[in-house]
Amino acid sequence: MAKSNKPIFWGLFAAGGTVTAFVTPALVLVTLFAAMRFNMDMFTYESIHAFAGWWLGKLIIFGVILVSLWHAAHRLRVTVHDFGVRADKQVAIVVYSLAGLGTLLTLIYLLRI
Amino acid sequence: MNSKPYVREVSKTTWFLSHPRYKRYMAREVTCIFIFAYTFLLIWGLGALANGQEAFGAFVQALGSPLGVLFNVVVLIATVYHSMSWFDVTPQAMPIQMGEEFVAGNIIVNAHYGAWAVVSLIILFWGM
Amino acid sequence: MSELQQRQIQLEVLRYNPETDTAPRYQTYSVPCLEEWVVLDALNYIKDHLDPTLSYRWSCHMAVCGSCGMMVNGEPKLACKAFIHEYQEGQIKVEPMANFPIERDLVTSVEDFITKLASVKPYLIPKEDKPVSAGEFKQTPAELKKFKQYTLCINCMLCYAACPQYALVPEFLGPAAISMAHRYNQDSRDGGRDQRQEVIASDEGVWECSFVGACSEVCPKHVDPAGALQQVKVASTIDWYKEHLMPWVKK
Repeated sequence: MAKSNKPIFWGLFAAGGTVTAFVTPALVLVTLFAAMRFNMDMFTYESIHAFAGWWLGKLIIFGVILVSLWHAAHRLRVTVHDFGVRADKQVAIVVYSLAGLGTLLTLIYLLRI
Repeated sequence: MNSKPYVREVSKTTWFLSHPRYKRYMAREVTCIFIFAYTFLLIWGLGALANGQEAFGAFVQALGSPLGVLFNVVVLIATVYHSMSWFDVTPQAMPIQMGEEFVAGNIIVNAHYGAWAVVSLIILFWGM
Repeated sequence: MSELQQRQIQLEVLRYNPETDTAPRYQTYSVPCLEEWVVLDALNYIKDHLDPTLSYRWSCHMAVCGSCGMMVNGEPKLACKAFIHEYQEGQIKVEPMANFPIERDLVTSVEDFITKLASVKPYLIPKEDKPVSAGEFKQTPAELKKFKQYTLCINCMLCYAACPQYALVPEFLGPAAISMAHRYNQDSRDGGRDQRQEVIASDEGVWECSFVGACSEVCPKHVDPAGALQQVKVASTIDWYKEHLMPWVKK
């Protein structure tokens, strides 16, 4: 039995699972409050743009989005299998391509800010 | 040796319906769909941010649509369930040995919940 | 002294005779159970008084030998540890352990598990050859504690009966086998981790596990195989990065 290449994806899954566990609920509250027009002074275009313009801000945004994408992608791969779909290789290509696309877009957008 | 052992088939699509613990597992796993979708929402917002104040304003408007609010509420439930289920199993995956004994599981879990609260407050009140 | 309570329990048992049956079928027995009985006592009553043809494995009757694993009301349990008083409804369904082929009645084939267990080299592989004259291996209490929990496995296979990945992917090495590898990997006297990794770090090894955690929930000895498997994943991932990013580092 050859050694698996799963570690690379699982490592990202585990890192992403930890990061999303800590930060995503609060982030969702932020977007939810924005959606419900609560407290608009705290998260203005200027303040968010400034954060994303800051080199550390870029790094943080990229890091959080990167691990969130690859965590969800890997878990989705396993979940699709749990729902009975057996075409694992194809599913892996689809989910990791999605994560890759998200990663690329994030890079592009961050470089434009 | 028995020449005719009987193999019981398990449905690969409905197996998780047979026991509450499997249903809980699947509920935990499908949170990834919502986190995946939410992350793409954030990327969309990032793109809008890069395109300027008007584009960003349109993004926030879209967020405020009934679908946008509903989506955020559903994601909130999913992500909280993810966080709680993740913290609860951390002691199993990363046991900490201090001296001879292992740190009690609930101490590790409570520390995670504490850190979760602190990080959340930092994010929520970042602007202040 | 109060009289011992007795309750009439209906035991619905899955029967299968390979010589005469094409498929298993249920047979119900009415058993007068004493309140402190376990399911195993009820099965023994059936065998002694009602139906001597009923086949099942058992030995110690005290949850240390691992022989009497079965499904009791759909839950993997040791028959000697499933107390009748837990089942107040008066009806108990008894079936052979899930995810294993049925040999006869409640007896399952254990071949797959034994093969997998042997494949992980579940024995001490010392770091270097040490003659007896060189003296004993020394181990601190802290070093012992690192693996002690995983020595408690009685090979009852309830974890395999509970594991949905084993149910869906029969090639999966499974909780107990991988936990046993972990037991030796964590032992300070052992140097065989690399040898075990060939089997453990494969797709059918630890990477089939998705941390459902059912194995640990049903384990009668609180071994926590799920925890062992996640720790193996962490170690295997660190290994992978070391191998690929720092190939010059000797393990």
